[in-house]
Order: sequence, then structure tokens, then C-alpha cells
Amino acid sequence: MEEILSALIGGLSLGGIYAMIALGYTMVYGIAKMLNFAHGDIIMVGGYTIYVVMATGSPLLAIAAAVVVCVALGVVVEKLAYKPLRGASPLAVLITAIGVSYLLQSLAQIVFGSAPKMVTVYQFGTVTFLGATVQVSALVTLAVAAAVMAGLTLFIKYTRVGRAMLAVSEDRGAAQLMGIDVNGIITLTFAIGSALAALAGLFYLLKAPTVSGTMGAMPGIKAFTAAVIGGIGSIPGAMLGGIALGLVESVSYSFAPIAPYTDAIEFSLLIVILLVRPTGFLGRKRREKV
Amino acid sequence: MSGYILETKKLGISFGGLTAAQDVDLRIPKEGIYGLIGPNGAGKTTIFNLLTGVYQPTTGQVLLDGQDLTGLGPDKICRLGLARTFQNIRLFNNMTVVRNVMVGLQNRPEYACSVIESVLRLPRHRRVEGQMRQRAKDLLRIFGLEEDRNALACSLPYGKQRKLEIARALATDPKVLLLDEPAAGMNPHETEDLANTIRQIRDDFGMTILLIEHDMRFVADLCDQVTVLNFGTILAQGSTQTVLQDPAVIKAYIGG
Repeated sequence: MEEILSALIGGLSLGGIYAMIALGYTMVYGIAKMLNFAHGDIIMVGGYTIYVVMATGSPLLAIAAAVVVCVALGVVVEKLAYKPLRGASPLAVLITAIGVSYLLQSLAQIVFGSAPKMVTVYQFGTVTFLGATVQVSALVTLAVAAAVMAGLTLFIKYTRVGRAMLAVSEDRGAAQLMGIDVNGIITLTFAIGSALAALAGLFYLLKAPTVSGTMGAMPGIKAFTAAVIGGIGSIPGAMLGGIALGLVESVSYSFAPIAPYTDAIEFSLLIVILLVRPTGFLGRKRREKV
Repeated sequence: MSGYILETKKLGISFGGLTAAQDVDLRIPKEGIYGLIGPNGAGKTTIFNLLTGVYQPTTGQVLLDGQDLTGLGPDKICRLGLARTFQNIRLFNNMTVVRNVMVGLQNRPEYACSVIESVLRLPRHRRVEGQMRQRAKDLLRIFGLEEDRNALACSLPYGKQRKLEIARALATDPKVLLLDEPAAGMNPHETEDLANTIRQIRDDFGMTILLIEHDMRFVADLCDQVTVLNFGTILAQGSTQTVLQDPAVIKAYIGG
């Protein structure tokens, strides 16, 4: 019973991390119509930023720096690498994104070396909850992820910019002809996605306190899986998919006989869901234009 | 001032070796209904795309109320007062009818509201949203769409979708409204109804309307003046009655 409870709380908090990363994938896909496979590596850049700024001894400064650096990086990558390809074939954009991913990983290895570095942002300790031992960091992660998701939902639903984002995701050309600055909206989307990636990087470090050049790859691909399970392009879908995947991962890890197969179970889940429901939980069927 | 609200001078575009429009001089007077007609492939929609910044002209310029629009992007041009509908309807299908109109409204300065106020739904946000919703409802009423305001745009029947596109364009507060085949696919009754609505928009808003249409009866009935395009150049222009009786125009349409 206690194991299940602590696996569930761990799963929800891991799910919150996946959801924050998945939101970046899904928003960029919905609005810029591209799969940004370099998104996971933004997490890594956030991780190294925290590692460097932690030399000052201030976690808050490190977090703020990570957000600023990630947002700047996301916006610059969009401007330099993706914007010139607007209107190019989706394959060209996809390959470029993969190229950016390797570029960032290699740059990190050149600057920081290939050996992983330890970084302790903050020691949270544990609490006992209904007999189960729970990491306080997991509860903080869960709380922040929930607040971020609620804030983003309100932002999309109620602000003019949010409405403009939805319009761009439905029909970029028509939105532009309604006076919406499409390039500005796309830049903002990358900025929001990158800020969420920076936060996800922080919480990832609270769970596993090492940074390396490839640290973003696995959470990146897991979050992408979560976005697809939830229905890529759908914001609530990314949240749902992220939480679902985090729960599956955490529960699977807590059962010794299947623990080694956890990654395989998660990716198999993706295959099964794509077979049963190709649009994911909340994805919309693309209507073909005649 | 030239006295024309929308003017093009020697407007032209070529795609590779193909000249899709050449030396097009349009002069659209204020507060009237102006037709742009011509056989299939004459370059009518190309002209709309040039006017609204979807295409950048190879030659010539576009002037709106004396202001040069040449080289500006579609969003800028819309905010300067040129709004349009599309030959193949392009609504925001998964939004409700009223939200489609609100997307058109939201760039108006009177509906400005900061992100913080909107996220927290502070009084200012509620007030502005309420005003916007009311304005959207008023616009929808003109088109008989008020009752459908909470339906998804994609669930509307075809004729209503066409009208919603016009309402959305009108919501951007344009100086000139461009309608690309507004009566396409409508039955004679709906067409008649649409003609009355377009007249009402001209009168109530003092609007200038430039429309592309194939239905000659609709054009003859509605437009004060027309320009006939053929192979990307102007074949004839002037008052509707005169132009439609021009032998060269009849020949271009019937072929021969």
C-alpha cells in the first residue's frame, strides 16, 4: 500500500516534468507545424546553466538564469535555423531540428567535457505521508507543474495572445490576414516552450543530480511520446499524456519483476495507442482540405 | 489626394516566366460596391493576393487611402484597413462562431487588455471581453448568425460559413472589404439575401466593397463599377451596365 502511494506520488511528479516538456513539443507542433527535436536539448542547456550559476551558491539565481538562457536559446534557434525554412518541406525542417539537437549536444561536450557533472540545487529531504515516504522535491515538482499548467491554460483561454495562438494553429494564413503577427506568435511559442523546458530541467536535476551533454535526450523523447499519446497539437493532451506516462513509468519501476523493462513498456504503450487511436487521447483528426 | 480609397498603379506579378498580372490600374472610389470579374484564370484572386500582401508584386504599387502598402506583410495590411474573405472558405473551424469574430475584433485598440489582467480575469478583462462579445453579437446579427454564435464554425451550413467569413473580416474594422466569390455555391434565394446584406454593410458602415464574382446577374445587380480582367490584364473597366455590354467582354466570356 505504502509502496503504491509513493509510486503514485513519484509518478505524478515525474508526469509533471514530462508534461512541461511535452507542452513545448505540442505547442510548437500546433503553432509552427514542426517537430522540434532539439527541444530536449534545451533541458540540457538549462541543466548546465544551473550547474554554472550554482557556483554563486544561489539556487534562485541559478533557476532564473536557466530560464533566461533557455528562452534566449529557443528564440535564437527558431530565428536562425527554423524561420528561414518556413514554407520548406516538413522533412527539411525535421532534419534541421535533429541537426540543431546534435549541435547543442556536441557544443556542451566541447565546453564541459563528456564526463557527467554532479550538481546539487537544493536538498529537500523527505516526509511521511499516510505511512509512505515521499520526497519533498516530488511534491514541489508536482505543485509547480500544476501551477504552470493552470497558468498556461488560463493564458491560452483568456488572453488575446492565447486566442491568436489558437487562430494561428488552425490556419496560419487566415490568421495573418486577420491582422495577427504570425512570426511574433511563433517566437513567443518557442519562448514559452523553452521556459517550460528550463523548469523541467531544474526538476529533473532534483531527481537525478547530474548534468551531461545527452541528459536531455531521454526526457525529450519520453515527453515527445507523451505529447503523441495525448494527441500532438493539443495542450490538455500534452498534460494528460505527460501525467499518464509518468505514472506508468513510476509504477512500472516499483515492481521489481518488470522494472528493467520500463522503457520498453512506455514505448510499447505509444505503439498500442497509435494503433487504437492514431490521433492520441485528445488529438483532432486532420481534415483534409479539398 | 486622388479621391480613391484603394488604388493600384501598374500592378503586376510573374511567377517564374509566367505573368499572372500585368499593368493593372484599379481605382476604387469610396463607399461603393466594385466588381472584379473575368473568365477563370484571369488573375482575379491573384489581384486579391497582391492587394493583401499574400504575394509581393513584381512591379507597381498598391495605395490604400493614399498610403503605400507595397512590400508590407498581410497582418500589417489588415491592421491598416484591408480585410478579405477567401474563395475556399478558411474559418477557424474548431472555434465557435462568436470566437471567430472575436479574433477579427481583437486587434482593435479599444479591446486592448494586459496579459496579467486577462489571466487573472480582473474587472478590466471582464469588461473588455463583454464589450467584444457584444460587438461580435451585433455583427453576427447583421448576417442572421446570432442564434448560431455558440456553434462550432465547421458545423455551420455552407451558406452561413460564407457569411461568417464576411462578419469576421468586417470585425477587423477595414476601410475596404474584399470578398472573393461571396455567392459561390449559393442558391438564387441565398444569393439575393447576400446581395441585400452587402448593400446593408455599405450603407450602415459607409464601407467600400471590392468583390470577385462569377454570377453576372449578381454583379449587374450589385456593383456600381466593374473591372474585367483577362489573361492578367485589364480588358475593360467602367460602369457596370456599359462594361457588361462591351463586345470585347462578351467575347472573352463566351470565347470565340
